[in-house]
Amino acid sequence: MPTFKLKINNEKHTVEADMDTPLLWVLRDHIKLLGTKYGCGIGQCGACTVHVDGNAMRSCLLQVSQAEGMNITTIEGLSKDGEHPVQKAWLEHDVPQCGYCQAGQIMTAAALLESNPNPSDKDIDTAMHGNICRCGTYIRIKQAIKTAAKL
Amino acid sequence: MTRIKTQYNRRSFLKVSAAAGGGMLIGFSWLTGCITDSKAEAVEVPKEWFDINGYIKIGDTGLVTIYSPNPEIGQNVRTSMPMIVADELDVDWKDVVVEQAPLNTGFYQNQFAGGSLSIRLSWNALRMAGATGRRMLLEAAAKEWALPVSDLTVSKGIIKEKNGERTVSFGDIASKAVGIEIPEEVELKEISDFKLIGTSIKNVDGKKIVTGEPLFGLDFYREGMKHAMIVHPPAFGMKVKDFNVDEIKRMPGVSDAFIIDVTLNEPGMFDEKGFFQLIAIVGDSTWQLMKAKKAIRANWETVGELESSESHIATLEKALASGNVTESRKDGNPEAAFKKAVKVIERTYSAPFIAHNTMEPMNFFANVTENAVELVGPTQTPDALEKSVSKLLNIPPENITVNMTRIGGGFGRRLYVHFGVEAAAISKKIGKPVKLIYTREDDMTQGTYRPTYLSKYKAGLDANNNLIAFSVKGAGLPDGPVFPNRFPAGAVTNYSAEKLSGITNVTTGAWRAPRSNFTAGAEQSFLDEVAELAGKDPIDFRLELFERAINNPVGDEYEYDAERYAGVLKLVKEKSKWGETKQGVHRGVAAYFCHSTYVAEVFDMIMVDGQPKIKKVCCAVDCGIVVNPDAAKNMIQGGVIDGIGHAMYSQLTFKNGAPNEMNFDKYQLIRHSHAPEEIDVFFVKNEIAPTGLGEPGLPPAIGALANAMYQLKGKRYYHQPFNVNQPVVG
Ligand code: FES
Ligand code: FES
Repeated sequence: MPTFKLKINNEKHTVEADMDTPLLWVLRDHIKLLGTKYGCGIGQCGACTVHVDGNAMRSCLLQVSQAEGMNITTIEGLSKDGEHPVQKAWLEHDVPQCGYCQAGQIMTAAALLESNPNPSDKDIDTAMHGNICRCGTYIRIKQAIKTAAKL
Repeated sequence: MTRIKTQYNRRSFLKVSAAAGGGMLIGFSWLTGCITDSKAEAVEVPKEWFDINGYIKIGDTGLVTIYSPNPEIGQNVRTSMPMIVADELDVDWKDVVVEQAPLNTGFYQNQFAGGSLSIRLSWNALRMAGATGRRMLLEAAAKEWALPVSDLTVSKGIIKEKNGERTVSFGDIASKAVGIEIPEEVELKEISDFKLIGTSIKNVDGKKIVTGEPLFGLDFYREGMKHAMIVHPPAFGMKVKDFNVDEIKRMPGVSDAFIIDVTLNEPGMFDEKGFFQLIAIVGDSTWQLMKAKKAIRANWETVGELESSESHIATLEKALASGNVTESRKDGNPEAAFKKAVKVIERTYSAPFIAHNTMEPMNFFANVTENAVELVGPTQTPDALEKSVSKLLNIPPENITVNMTRIGGGFGRRLYVHFGVEAAAISKKIGKPVKLIYTREDDMTQGTYRPTYLSKYKAGLDANNNLIAFSVKGAGLPDGPVFPNRFPAGAVTNYSAEKLSGITNVTTGAWRAPRSNFTAGAEQSFLDEVAELAGKDPIDFRLELFERAINNPVGDEYEYDAERYAGVLKLVKEKSKWGETKQGVHRGVAAYFCHSTYVAEVFDMIMVDGQPKIKKVCCAVDCGIVVNPDAAKNMIQGGVIDGIGHAMYSQLTFKNGAPNEMNFDKYQLIRHSHAPEEIDVFFVKNEIAPTGLGEPGLPPAIGALANAMYQLKGKRYYHQPFNVNQPVVG
């Protein structure tokens, strides 16, 4: 099996995996970073969102062989102790219900604010379109993104 | 003043002991409905009420740890329920920590998060446990100071002498309270004295969730465990014969492949009904198993009918015409009244099969050894799982433990236990610990769906536009959606309701607000049309009917409280400023009662760039005492959004026994941009014991949406999903 050198949350990891293994499963099965979730495996739900060189990407669609040499950030690396403005805003609005989709929502939101510090409702809808929440926390997510923009 | 018994027939509901590390430990049965004095002798007390499954630890540092046994599926019970304990105990919330109760076998009765039951069942038990702790701590302090308890007060975990300076904290007296005899009866707080209940307290697991801690079943990992996946038949009515097992076993990362049989003798209501033989593949990593799954070439045997959406429509129509009536009600003489009526209106409504689609797919960990089983995962019914695994493996229930993880969405799906049973069967076969996970496709095509429904409503008005006759016939595959004794039963002189069943081999189960999730939409949009025909305002029209049910009810009884039902309509009328018109805003209203809670909703819709948009939703809710208002609001908002999503976009269609939609590319769920801009929630204030919030927000959303869409587009919506609006039921 080939080995891959990855940089995740500013730490180096060497993993042995089939080269078509999605980054999602490398994170979960090989490195045991379990915050990144599996929801659909086909890029439709956003539960697996991570940052790759600062952009929100679906880790279920990114093969480990393509991820080499990139800066990968997962929810565990977004901040040290949950003090990223998006995480703080999420707590302030008490967004989560079951919580399963929230790591992906937070990662997409954080990347949005990075590129667009003051998004309109429409910008938020567009950026967040790929993140499904079956519990229906969409309104609070939008409020929390607006709060985070001010933090 | 309410007093509550802490024992029954001299058996205590509580156990008190010294806590390890100092302090006091109170054990009690979390999900029971203990008896208040008035009804003490009237009820038969089930033996599970004595099973200890929740604990309060008052440590000698003053830190109070509440061990909750409840599975958290997103209804926030891990926050709201401990709040009730802490309020009666009289401690400061900042000194409270909530932990998962240590799990033992055999303690799971009633531990059930389905049907918005949790809060309703445990309200009294939680209050009793907190009040008993408080009382015992007070007695210990009184003994210490040689004073009567009545000379002491307590606030925020500090006991104080009324006529003196002495104070003692719960932490300092806790060890001494262990020796106090458990009072037979304790006094509960007055509702008006609640300090925590009624305030908004944030989710105790919020931080863990936003930092990505591994809380869910899918995240459970045990050193040395294997991974496993299953393949079930591609269609209902099919069964596996054999597959290319040797080839699969040779694939990289695959250590074993075989067929498991999970057929149970005397299956229970939460057991699998469709797929009993499954291909299982075991290996070292999820991705390698996913690849192996794709390489499976199986021979499937056809053992039943291969149904399609067309055949489902035909079966439903047949069921409606001549199906098996499973529940009914008749008041007066509807046939004669319809003949006499000046105006008669008849409408048909339908909805397809839909999947639960919890964001966390089904999964479970199992470790089966010679004569013991350890199970870990997302289940709401550990007791049912334990029983089924015991039956399948012939291992006594005492030797089976189930640990519940946080649950990534329930909506009824985690009541069913097949995935835990399958994990156990696989572990048994390989003799190793194993973690089974479903792919999204496995999850969506497994069955356990919300049934598909077809209902016919008919109403007759007299010359004065009074509703003199009402009938509903509703069929479902396999069960019909009608609640014969719910509204408008009791409010119409000539009334008939029939619930009919039809046959399908597609498996179904409880889906968020069972039956109500369809009936509310159908009935509430029908009543909207009837009100229009009668030339009446839709709210006033409904209020008239409730007046009738209150003052001069028809028939022996009906299953709702007409005052409370009318109450939420009146509140939503006031809060939404119903009757005021705004340029470009089109409004629809609906109200519904289910799971002991009443909800009315007004939808405001507008057109944006030629697309309908829900601007605002105003909800009025009567769920008794609101324990945690902001969390309650979150649940109602979620229910509304979920209702909109499923009514508008979601369906499973079938061809040759197989669902056409297998993942979120084809199966549409509501997304950010479709959600309303704003959802306001107002609660009726009363002192009734709290009822559930998980389900009741959803059903009326469908009716209010259909009615607002009619105002917006001039077209009625009879068939879900509304974006298709054709009677193409799954
Ligand atoms: S799991 Fe990657 S988008 Fe759904
Ligand atoms: S919080 Fe449950 S899926 Fe989003």
